[in-house]
Amino acid sequence: MQKEQKQTESVSFHSENFKRRSRYTVVFLGLLAAFFVIIVLNINTGNVHISVPKILRILFMRDGDAVEYSIIWKIRLPRILMAAILGGALSLSGFLLQTFFSNPIAGPFVLGISSGAKMVVALAMIIFLKHIGHFSSGVLVLAAFIGSLLSTGFILLMSRKIQHMASLLVGGIMIGYICSAITDFVVTFADDSDIVNLHGWSLGSFSGSSWSNIRVAAVIVAVAAVWTFLLSKPIGAYQLGEHYAQSMGVNIQLFRILIILLSSILSACVTAFAGPISFVGIAVPFLTRKAFGTSKPIVIIPGTFFAGAVFCMSCDLIARMALAPVELNISTVTSIVGAPIVIYMMVKREKGR
Amino acid sequence: MAEYYLQTKDLAVGYQGKALIHDINFGICKGEIVTLIGPNGSGKSTILKSITRQLRLVGGKVFFDDTSLTNISYKELSSRMAVVLTERIRTELMTCHDIVATGRYPYTGRLGILTAEDERIVDEAMAAVHAQEIGNRDFNAISDGQKQRIMLARAICQEPEIIVLDEPTSYLDIRYKLELLDILKRMAKEKGITVLMSLHEIDLAQKCADRIVCVRGEEIMAYGTPEEVFYEETIEKLYDLDNGSYNPLSGSLELKKTEGEPEVFVISSGGNGTPIYRKLQREGRPFAAGILYTNDVDYQAARVLASKIITEEPFEEISDNTYKNAENMIDQCQIVVNAGVHIGSCNHRMRNLLQYAQEKGKLKRDYL
Repeated sequence: MQKEQKQTESVSFHSENFKRRSRYTVVFLGLLAAFFVIIVLNINTGNVHISVPKILRILFMRDGDAVEYSIIWKIRLPRILMAAILGGALSLSGFLLQTFFSNPIAGPFVLGISSGAKMVVALAMIIFLKHIGHFSSGVLVLAAFIGSLLSTGFILLMSRKIQHMASLLVGGIMIGYICSAITDFVVTFADDSDIVNLHGWSLGSFSGSSWSNIRVAAVIVAVAAVWTFLLSKPIGAYQLGEHYAQSMGVNIQLFRILIILLSSILSACVTAFAGPISFVGIAVPFLTRKAFGTSKPIVIIPGTFFAGAVFCMSCDLIARMALAPVELNISTVTSIVGAPIVIYMMVKREKGR
Repeated sequence: MAEYYLQTKDLAVGYQGKALIHDINFGICKGEIVTLIGPNGSGKSTILKSITRQLRLVGGKVFFDDTSLTNISYKELSSRMAVVLTERIRTELMTCHDIVATGRYPYTGRLGILTAEDERIVDEAMAAVHAQEIGNRDFNAISDGQKQRIMLARAICQEPEIIVLDEPTSYLDIRYKLELLDILKRMAKEKGITVLMSLHEIDLAQKCADRIVCVRGEEIMAYGTPEEVFYEETIEKLYDLDNGSYNPLSGSLELKKTEGEPEVFVISSGGNGTPIYRKLQREGRPFAAGILYTNDVDYQAARVLASKIITEEPFEEISDNTYKNAENMIDQCQIVVNAGVHIGSCNHRMRNLLQYAQEKGKLKRDYL
């Protein structure tokens, strides 16, 4: 009798395992389908409508009408790829920060990593325009990187003294406020023409992506994402808390530095190429966990990257099309779609208690 | 030294290089259960955290099989030692099975994917803690008792040589407490896993531990087998008990006695008096107990609860002097309660005593 029962138990484990794997597969396939549909939609729609057969011809045969060819290869394709790469990077960065702080509302935007980037970009923009007279995109990217890493550095410094994760999270938010305050201060004394540039950048946009930018972003994001994926085992252990993780053999000090560096490299890359984009980092990992019904990093890391890509591409499509020919800023769209999700998630959490 | 699996040598533990407790010396043999007891804040957790390497050692050494703890890498330690901590873990969308499976961490590959063998060990660990039926449930949806069992299964899954548990029985009701200790005992005796834990319940510690470490203030107050450690004075000193008493024999805790001139005289034997003592104690009425043989169960309770106690040497005739004392006590009290006394050839004078109380009109059969 007991043996029989035991057997049904283990069978139910296996069937549960099977059910889970099927669910992962279905969600991944769904994301993949959405990915391609949105790519086609994105390329296909716009001020100039290009039909699907023409798109395929231009993409794969490299052949077709010269205007349409350059619209696709020079404008729409780089833009959509950039949205995919940076969207994935952003939500992966959010996932890492949420793991680090074991708090679902941690994200690069909340923690002041984006604000740090904005501050340095503002400073650099004003200094360069005043003394050198021009401000290249390379400098912008570099400034955003430095700013992001500066904020991260402060968070890491604080983490040496502050052990409690919630306090550290508050510390990160404070850094964000300081950076915003400094930015506002600088902007007050800047010329109007400079501010227009900064304002445009600070709302975020995927437009104007060039292939060379994409190459740089792709390499950075790919390295960071693969590295993150290889860390999925210690991340899984860390989900039980650092003491348990340590008892399983994780070198906590090193692991924590690695996690926060990877996440800030990812978000720095996004901020550098597209400006600070809000909410994606919080909303997408949350939605991904719910969709997959698990928080296993080995599933969630690729899942959240993929979902982030799809989410940003959709938001970019909405940004382009909603009030065409006027283009919305990407943060406007992600906030309108993302903020309600964050609210919903907090209400749901309270209920779950 | 080789006989011990784990040994501490002049160990000093504390925070930020400041020693809270020093000169900690104890040894644990393989398959033994060793329990740390002591008052809140005495440093039990600090000692455990130092041994599990959550805290840096302030001084001295810890040896595992002759290897110093500081020479063991985290990775190597993880296949030797598993922990169950007091901190509550916060999970999201993780089933109990997922939690237990994390115990396989030291044995899985780069990406942590479980093999069929790993799955089998996970199932076995779940079975060892009787948690098979909750394997598919979300960890947040189960009770504290079940959570603790799952955390223990996780530790077992890690196939350690030693399990360190910090107050594993807090939050548990008595049934789960017993069950948990029973599982640990089986692990220790059948699989030879060494168990080091801290416990609040000294009565349970006394019953399940092979050795007891009494932690109090800056040093280890006592260390040895329960038989060596569990004396009333030791326990009362360990916990600074001035508001009650602990009886190592029965493992029961009693509140402080009500001092004063006795109002009630309870006559009983063989445990009949104890419930009445407790009731009088709750009501705050000082009382006397007698005539008790010093090997009577009631004597153990009366000793710590009654303000006056009249005793006789076991199995002796009640002496004139003792009898006179008892009669005086009846005169002095307003009520005499006969809680039930067995009268035989040695204590036949009890009959006279009850009669005396009856004549005085003070005898009551029942107080409860």
